Amino acid sequence: MKILVCIKQVPDMESRFKANSQGVWFEETDLAFRMNEYDEYAVEQAVQLKEQLGDAPEVTVLSIGPDRVVEAIKKALAMGCDRGVHVQDPAAATRDPWQIASIIASHAGDKGYDLILTGMQSQDRGSAQVGVTVAEELGYACATTLVGFAFSDGTVTAKRELEGGIKGVVRLRTPALVTCQLGLNVPRYPTLPNIMKAKKKEIQTIAVAELLKEEPLATTVSFHPPARKGGGIVLEGDVGVLVDQLLGILKDKTAVLR
Amino acid sequence: MKALLIGEYRQGKLLDSTFELFGFAAQLGGETAFLLVGDETRLPACDGPLYLAEAAECGEYNPDLHKQLILQAVARENPDFIVFVHSSYGWDLAPRVAARLKAAQVSEVIGLTDGGFEVGCCNAKMRRTVKPSTARAVLTIQAGAFPARQPNGTPRIQRLAATGNGGLEFVGYEPAEAKDVDLTRAEVIVSAGRGVGKKENVPVIAALARALGGELGASRPVVDAGWIEHSHQVGTTGQTVSPRLYVACGISGAIQHLAGMKKSDFIVAINKDKDAPIGEIADVLVVADVMQFVPALTARLQR
Ligand SMILES: Cc1cc2nc3c(=O)[nH]c(=O)nc-3n(C[C@H](O)[C@H](O)[C@H](O)COP(=O)(O)OP(=O)(O)OC[C@H]3O[C@@H](n4cnc5c(N)ncnc54)[C@H](O)[C@@H]3O)c2cc1C
Ligand SMILES: Nc1ncnc2c1ncn2[C@@H]1O[C@H](COP(=O)(O)O)[C@@H](O)[C@H]1O
Repeated sequence: MKILVCIKQVPDMESRFKANSQGVWFEETDLAFRMNEYDEYAVEQAVQLKEQLGDAPEVTVLSIGPDRVVEAIKKALAMGCDRGVHVQDPAAATRDPWQIASIIASHAGDKGYDLILTGMQSQDRGSAQVGVTVAEELGYACATTLVGFAFSDGTVTAKRELEGGIKGVVRLRTPALVTCQLGLNVPRYPTLPNIMKAKKKEIQTIAVAELLKEEPLATTVSFHPPARKGGGIVLEGDVGVLVDQLLGILKDKTAVLR
Repeated sequence: MKALLIGEYRQGKLLDSTFELFGFAAQLGGETAFLLVGDETRLPACDGPLYLAEAAECGEYNPDLHKQLILQAVARENPDFIVFVHSSYGWDLAPRVAARLKAAQVSEVIGLTDGGFEVGCCNAKMRRTVKPSTARAVLTIQAGAFPARQPNGTPRIQRLAATGNGGLEFVGYEPAEAKDVDLTRAEVIVSAGRGVGKKENVPVIAALARALGGELGASRPVVDAGWIEHSHQVGTTGQTVSPRLYVACGISGAIQHLAGMKKSDFIVAINKDKDAPIGEIADVLVVADVMQFVPALTARLQR
């Protein structure tokens, strides 16, 4: 059995974002990068399945981006994936989801993966498109926003999270692609021995030009902060003073403090 | 200009979010056509063509088949836009339709700007303006971003049919977990988010809730991590609340959380990040470390 996990490296979301000089994406300097949160659930699920099947499946982890994304691939290897594929693309941030999906689909096209796992969305771009588009391009069965996953006899039983806390249960025949969501599992922390072992695992580098055949279908024309609706009071400073200020406002504006 | 709006139907009902599509279409301008995999007794009173396939035959969730039905309607209507709600139904189906049409997709649209669509990015902290380069585009709109609008007209019903399931079989629904805490009646809710750092810190937030005579709430990651029970979760997959006072401790303000608490009378957010999106709806944003500020506040209230 062959499994592919697609991961994206994204900035820490607690960072301050500034537009880059073209004004269409964020300036990368000063940002710390990590694995997209939703993709950690995908990696964990792939590794759990490998364990369930007695180590038989081979799990490949793929990431498209500049050289820094190798760090995210290494983390996935330390979590238990077997081999890495780095699609080297210094301009990945300028690609639209259609192009990213087509790169993944052209890599996966002749590899015969039985199962592909992606995050439900990237935290920075957040299009929630790449996984489903890959499935569509490859003709794989696909289910999104998984909070439950079970595998036996070539069939995935997946639990999708719907609005209002209801869940939808579906069965997928492999080859299949699933997009993973918070609540699916608890991603493990790589242990030191596993980090050491991961250093010996192979990471193949492929130049993006070998896989990218598509033009973008959409363009970002501006990246900017939200227009502040205003009205809200922002309190900053010494904690003791802040407590007094807040209590004063609550006494004034609400009826909860008598 | 013409938009094909894709309605949503679940557990035998037309979902209310469907009407936000009409609100969006009114801002977009132009003609509309509507498509629903549902039943004849629950249809919106919209003008123009209404493509209907029976959920009893086509399933409520059968994305490959629904995609084919939508493609049939697209071939007949030739719309400029195909519009979904960005929901578990829409985000699942939209990319399939876009890929088949090789059309641009813009996800989770929150507004219109000249020729482009406004979307959130970087966990809702920033915005992008996106322009499709293809003549036809697929859009998903953020739930709650556009006002719901009840159309008032007479649809021309056109029946659609298709068969197949694309390797996916729908097994059934699992009901939501029962609630043992009814947050909907609380006057004060103090919620803990991932910013509280660890499970051992939760009692500090609970103590503030008690000092204010309120209940403890939680964001989703805190529940998933097992720090607080699911019955305390606020948001789209938790409870929808509207207390007199809502205190968000270490919560960033993701759309799914906001959807559950934005109707609160007065919102206080405590966050170390001045740019956290919760600041957009908070009446007061206290820029501080929760673990320093909350105990100090509780101590003052107890004095
Ligand atoms: C289908 C779906 C359904 C969902 N349903 C829900 C739902 O019902 N409810 C829900 O809440 N979420 C839901 N989510 C998840 C949602 O998208 C967010 O991931 C979640 O709300 C984030 O929780 P958070 O704000 O606690 O964590 P984060 O987004 O990680 O934010 C933590 C915040 O704490 C701040 N912080 C960190 N340390 C400190 C400190 N020491 N002092 C002060 N502040 C600090 C940070 O600046 C940050 O703003 C759903 C998501 C999906 C896709
Ligand atoms: N540059 C990338 N490299 C590898 N996988 C990616 C990349 N971008 C997106 N993905 C995958 O696609 C998912 C959805 O991303 P998006 O459509 O951008 O929201 C992510 O959670 C990843 O699993």
